[in-house]
Amino acid sequence: MPARYIPYLLIAPSLAFLAVLFFVPLVQTIALAFQAGGIWSTANFARMAADLNFTDAIVNTFGIVLVVVPLQLVLALAMAMMLQHLRGGRDIVLWVWSIPLGISDLAAGLVWLAILTDKGYLNTILVKLGVLSGPQSWLSYETPVTLFAAIVVAELWRATAIVLVILVAGVQLIPKEYGEAADVFGATPWQRFTRVTLPLLRPSIQTALILRTVLAFEMFAIVLSIGGRNFPVLVSEAFNWQYNQQDYGVAAAYAVIVMGVSLAATLVYLRVLRTPAAQQ
Amino acid sequence: MTVRRTVYITGIVVLCAWTLVPIYLIALAAVGGRTVVNNWPKPFLPPTDISLETMREFLDIAGVWTSALYSVEAAVLCMAFSILLGVPAGYALARFAFPGATTYRLLILLTRAFPVAILALPLTVGFIRLGLYDTPFGVSLMHTTLALPFAVLVSASLFQAIPRELEEAAWVFGCSPVRAFLRVVLPLALPGIAAVAIFAFVISWNEVFAASVLTVRHKTLTAYLLSVLSESPLHVQFAGGFLLIVPSVLFIFLVRKRLFSMWGIATR
Repeated sequence: MPARYIPYLLIAPSLAFLAVLFFVPLVQTIALAFQAGGIWSTANFARMAADLNFTDAIVNTFGIVLVVVPLQLVLALAMAMMLQHLRGGRDIVLWVWSIPLGISDLAAGLVWLAILTDKGYLNTILVKLGVLSGPQSWLSYETPVTLFAAIVVAELWRATAIVLVILVAGVQLIPKEYGEAADVFGATPWQRFTRVTLPLLRPSIQTALILRTVLAFEMFAIVLSIGGRNFPVLVSEAFNWQYNQQDYGVAAAYAVIVMGVSLAATLVYLRVLRTPAAQQ
Repeated sequence: MTVRRTVYITGIVVLCAWTLVPIYLIALAAVGGRTVVNNWPKPFLPPTDISLETMREFLDIAGVWTSALYSVEAAVLCMAFSILLGVPAGYALARFAFPGATTYRLLILLTRAFPVAILALPLTVGFIRLGLYDTPFGVSLMHTTLALPFAVLVSASLFQAIPRELEEAAWVFGCSPVRAFLRVVLPLALPGIAAVAIFAFVISWNEVFAASVLTVRHKTLTAYLLSVLSESPLHVQFAGGFLLIVPSVLFIFLVRKRLFSMWGIATR
């Protein structure tokens, strides 16, 4: 066998696998979304848009993404910078901070459910401190603001770790000399951060934002475990139409919407945060 | 300077507590069983009498344990598929310059921009036809599409870090290419491949949407917990949630040394 075929032989199994289990279902979902009764139509999208939960799902999903992703970026940047000032114990702190990376959104939802239920730990603390006189419910239909806040907190707790890991990996690639040069020329720590670290970190920030935003649009189990059906989001609606209503067409339409916003967000990040040619 | 340092240290301690305290609390809620869930106000210390009774109650939650076994089955299969399909492809990317390599790499990266929902929905129909529906095997196939891109890119960087000269030296001494790979390259790459395997396991273990859509009676732990959210007692949910967390924490501990180099490479 000629040697030039070897690499193709090595990638062939993975390509075949992805063709069957990635590209085929991808095309099928899109076809499913745009077909009704065997003919091409946008009927599924019309039914989706006419549904009561649709507007809520759009507003809730975008609301969470727009609040959570920037907060996570700021928090992860702060954490990455704090680590630089740590002499001993850096490894253990990093391990602790990256633990949520391995925790599923469902488990994270259940963790915060345990804290925030009526007879939960938060209410216990608040009553002991005298802030509340008795159990207060935070996650019900009547308290949309605290329900929203609870989901933001749970997402921050669970998914900041992935941003942190990508940023720390990026910080490690920045040569120490740049920061030292900034110090020599009398830069304040803040100037050093905004003028040296941030620009050099741009590729990592871009990666982290793309990954995090795509995953945030997919948020689903964390919302269902904390808010139940009180807080519809795009993917939970897709799941509901597929699983409870058995209407695959509308479920596919939701999936196509999620794909659309994910790809759009990716393109925006690629364009806005592109590395200037001079820096490459 | 010392004031600044104190601020940093305080911040670090607070953020560590922010990560760990919620895990501690769900552990409390999980081992306490029915009694603690209904307690008010909640105790913040572990029950002094962790009796066999409460532990037995925890272990007895039948659905949680059977579904955890299905989860392990799916995750182990996903791990095996990701390694078997991903490592050869990674080796090809690292060692050969071939037309199409860049396209292949891009294609692999592209798969990550698509949500699971869009893949899992039509697979329901396909899997029913093939008899894969409602099996851990079927779930593991779906999970492999999520773990595979990661496996390919990380193993490519692993092999890139192993000098080509070592392999060539083995050839000079009469090893066949296959033997040289097995005896020289593979042992050096093994720790990294183990880390990839662990990640594939965690990806599968944690995945909720596809697992829920593709199973009915043989539910994995995440799918089971999701399906009983609205009807089962809270202590079952907390026990299940805690059970979901334990292996993840251990695994992150095992791969902590490689976590950052892996992400640094895999995301570039």
